[in-house]
Amino acid sequence: MLKLPIYLDNNATTPMDPRVLEAMTPYFLEHFGNAASRNHPFGWEAEEAVDYAREQVAKLVGADPKEIIFTSGATEGDNLAIKGVYEMYASKGNHIITATTEHKAVLDTCKHIEKTGGEVTYLQVKRDGLIDLKELEAAIKPTTILIAIMYANNEIGTVQPIREISTIAKKHGVLFFSDAVQAVGKIPVDVNKDGIDLMAFTAHKMYGPKGIGALYVRRKNPRVKVTAQMDGGGHERGMRSGTLNVPGIVGFGKACELCRLEMESDTKRISILRDKLETELMKLEEAYINGSTEHRLPHVTNISFKHVEGEGLLMGFNKNIALSSGSACTSASLEPSYVLKALGLGDDLAHSSLRFGLGRFTTEEQIDYTVKAISETVLKLRDMSPLWEMYKEGIDLDSIEWAAH
Amino acid sequence: MAYSEKVIDHYQNPKNVGTLDKSSKNVGTGLVGAPECGDVMRLQIEVDDATGMITDAKFKTFGCGSAIASSSLATEWLKGKSIDEALTVDNMDFVEELNLPPVKIHCSVLAEDAIKAAINDYRVKNGKEAIKFDESVVH
Repeated sequence: MLKLPIYLDNNATTPMDPRVLEAMTPYFLEHFGNAASRNHPFGWEAEEAVDYAREQVAKLVGADPKEIIFTSGATEGDNLAIKGVYEMYASKGNHIITATTEHKAVLDTCKHIEKTGGEVTYLQVKRDGLIDLKELEAAIKPTTILIAIMYANNEIGTVQPIREISTIAKKHGVLFFSDAVQAVGKIPVDVNKDGIDLMAFTAHKMYGPKGIGALYVRRKNPRVKVTAQMDGGGHERGMRSGTLNVPGIVGFGKACELCRLEMESDTKRISILRDKLETELMKLEEAYINGSTEHRLPHVTNISFKHVEGEGLLMGFNKNIALSSGSACTSASLEPSYVLKALGLGDDLAHSSLRFGLGRFTTEEQIDYTVKAISETVLKLRDMSPLWEMYKEGIDLDSIEWAAH
Repeated sequence: MAYSEKVIDHYQNPKNVGTLDKSSKNVGTGLVGAPECGDVMRLQIEVDDATGMITDAKFKTFGCGSAIASSSLATEWLKGKSIDEALTVDNMDFVEELNLPPVKIHCSVLAEDAIKAAINDYRVKNGKEAIKFDESVVH
């Protein structure tokens, strides 16, 4: 029997893998020690567990365990990387390059830096969501200290040309930071092969617990340092003070290990389901995939159903299927998704988009149900849509003078 | 965001979805909103010339559940009303009846605008002057 509701919003967060919870439980109860307690067995056990988890996390991304700084999540990792580099390398320059489709945790951190006297260049992306490497290189100045480009986008799943970006960064002696929240655990990420100097990621997007993440900080070629953003006991090599979240770290480690061991088979299975979902939904008229389909995460698709509004569409099935939309109405701001707009999509198409994030626990039965429910709702709402009627009558919607809002 | 039961009911069972002949003299059509803003309402009324009563009303709406519910409710309210009565429908009537939250007030404003636009279209078609309304405040 199909169990409802179906969860297809894995880019927002993933369910925990029961094996992760199992690994964590003892660290809430009998092994509750503080990893910084050096003088008794409770502390030793906790420290040992943290060391082991740090190895598990490092191994997934090809890093040395000493290069893993535990944080509360990727928002903190983004802040620590960008502000930390900005402050640490102030004598070298004050210019940062990022892109308009970055996560708010990066964009808002950059805005903060602008207020404190820094300079930020926001690269536009192409229609497929990828940055233009020539534009990136042209934006580099003598004062540039950091390039901050995400590994893969949270709304459309587009994977940026990470190795080409790092080559350019290296050539100009600029550090390269990547927010890799959506990529780590889903596709192979290797900080050395990819040439990444700093990288933020988080457990709850890869079947681990919320409230724990990591910032990778390179130690060799070059040795990178960041200025701590919180003062305290000097944990995490002085870069991030605060008592370590031992159960969270243990869970994060376990989640990383599972991803490392199961990524290949998971990806194979999930991408088949994603392709099926996409192929079936694209059979609807006037449906458009947003972002590159070539350079894309295997579990993500973002589709606009023209002349149907996203929130209205979600309402047709959101009791039974958990999804998100780029429609303005799903946010408080009344502005449609800035990521979709950055692709050059008109507001109307941005309003009509749905984001699908499949995951480890997605089944074919769920996909079949979803295809049916969405297709029916799209057809029903198009019957109710004046825009669809005009489109069918051959009226050019752009020729109409819409009342200004 | 949770929707009120009435919004859900109108969304699931919208009343009077459809199209009236917009070239007909006794049909008034109001098309308001814009695709870029995420909602477009088309409201049509059919008026009995002799009595000035609205005999039929239809809508089609591109928008969220609240926009669909507001226009569906508008058609229900309009049927059987005189033009003069229809002019008294206020956006707050929609807010109260459908229990719309503050972020959805613009849907109610749109519904009120659609009614006025349909009435004006009917008036102009029949040689009367369009009524000048105050600009909507919210949008």
